[in-house]
Amino acid sequence: MRLYEHESKQLLRRHGVPLPKSALARSAEEAERAAAGLGGPVVLKSQVLTGGRMKAGGVRFASSPAEAKSAAAAILTLPINGQQPAGVLVEERRTIAQEYYAAVTWDTRAKQPVIVFSDMGGIDVEEVAVQHPGHVARVHFSALTPFSDFFAKVAVASTGVSGNELGALTRIVAALARAFLQYDLTLAEINPIGRLDDGSIVALDAHLDMEEEARGTHRALLQELGVPEEDTRQARPPTAFEIAGAAVDASDPRGVAGRVVEFDGNLGLIIGAGGGSLTLFDAIRAAGGKPANYCEIGGNPSVGKAAALTRLVLSKPGVEQIAVMMNVVSNTRVDIMARGVIKGVIEAGHDPAAKIAIFRIPGSWEEEGFAILRRYGVDYVDRSVSMHEAARRAVAKLGAQPGRKR
Amino acid sequence: MAMFIRVDVDPAVQADPALCKRLVELCPVDIFALDGAGRIATVEQNLDECTLCDLCIAAAPGRVTVVKLYAEG
Repeated sequence: MRLYEHESKQLLRRHGVPLPKSALARSAEEAERAAAGLGGPVVLKSQVLTGGRMKAGGVRFASSPAEAKSAAAAILTLPINGQQPAGVLVEERRTIAQEYYAAVTWDTRAKQPVIVFSDMGGIDVEEVAVQHPGHVARVHFSALTPFSDFFAKVAVASTGVSGNELGALTRIVAALARAFLQYDLTLAEINPIGRLDDGSIVALDAHLDMEEEARGTHRALLQELGVPEEDTRQARPPTAFEIAGAAVDASDPRGVAGRVVEFDGNLGLIIGAGGGSLTLFDAIRAAGGKPANYCEIGGNPSVGKAAALTRLVLSKPGVEQIAVMMNVVSNTRVDIMARGVIKGVIEAGHDPAAKIAIFRIPGSWEEEGFAILRRYGVDYVDRSVSMHEAARRAVAKLGAQPGRKR
Repeated sequence: MAMFIRVDVDPAVQADPALCKRLVELCPVDIFALDGAGRIATVEQNLDECTLCDLCIAAAPGRVTVVKLYAEG
């Protein structure tokens, strides 16, 4: 879950990261008062959970409280990438002599956190990495041992930074890495870090993403930051379909059957297992299919829960068939899933043989499950058919339905 | 309405209150329940949740039967 800039800065301030003075305003009048309190020129920044604020007009400058009021009024009514601002951050405006970039994230290939640092900040770091590879440093470190400032220093020094700046930047990068580890972040980024005309170094913008599963662990922190429990921090508000999916998942503690995301396709998906959801979703698209939804099932959901999810997916307008597919399962019973899905289809008023394009869940109790599927005439395959091939067959079967418009 | 599982309980079980209570306690998916008179009955909406663990069969050999309604043949 992504934190707003003002929340990210609150958190980094606790770790000693130097920041410009700022105040959050929820109205133009509050922005005017904040600017008066800060004194001097200010920058006003839209608080949205998306990039491209500057280009969209979500960042404005003001040299007086009256100008700040006017700028805030414009920002607060300006949606950016479909998001309404949650407020405007009013911050003292400083003159920048040089910009740096710092981030800590997971390198999933190395299976370690990595520090990325550049002495060319303020712009897209991927572009810098291509155009000026010598100006981007990457240093991995262990998440299992206490963080040492040494790793931060190596990253900063690798780009040629030395002297007082090396010390100041090392402290900021080290603080960023510690925050990353302490708060279960998936991304901790400061872009830019600015060296100001007086030689001081401050973090001018910040972007922190917390692992969604860590919300419970950091509930107290999120409360302190003012993040409501019901605030999903997704790119868009959940749809009625997605809310209903969450209700299905919450209705029974056994297993997972929910976490649906709505799309506008015609093939409903009941998918999951150890990364299987993403693989199968991609496989459907690669085969030319149009998923009606993404979802996650696993951990042996009850028959009732699997049936409820199936009914929900089938209730979505435009869904012509469903594909029931998982990776090879060890902690989910095939027979329980077969019962649940068939029950859901029948309760929704359909024939399982016609409505289920394919059932591919191999694993525990599969012979029992296959017996159920045979009883209802459902087309199923075992583990000898890959997930991609099963997806291809589901898409082909949907396309071949009699009377279907092409 | 259960579609996949039926559980038959021999009427003789009703004469053994301790066994009735035990069946209710041991089923992991609450297929058995006692009525106000202490008689055991199956809970219709939970029948399809049966995990085929056979704990009830082991507790009352020959007196409780789990029938797979989807079984071929």
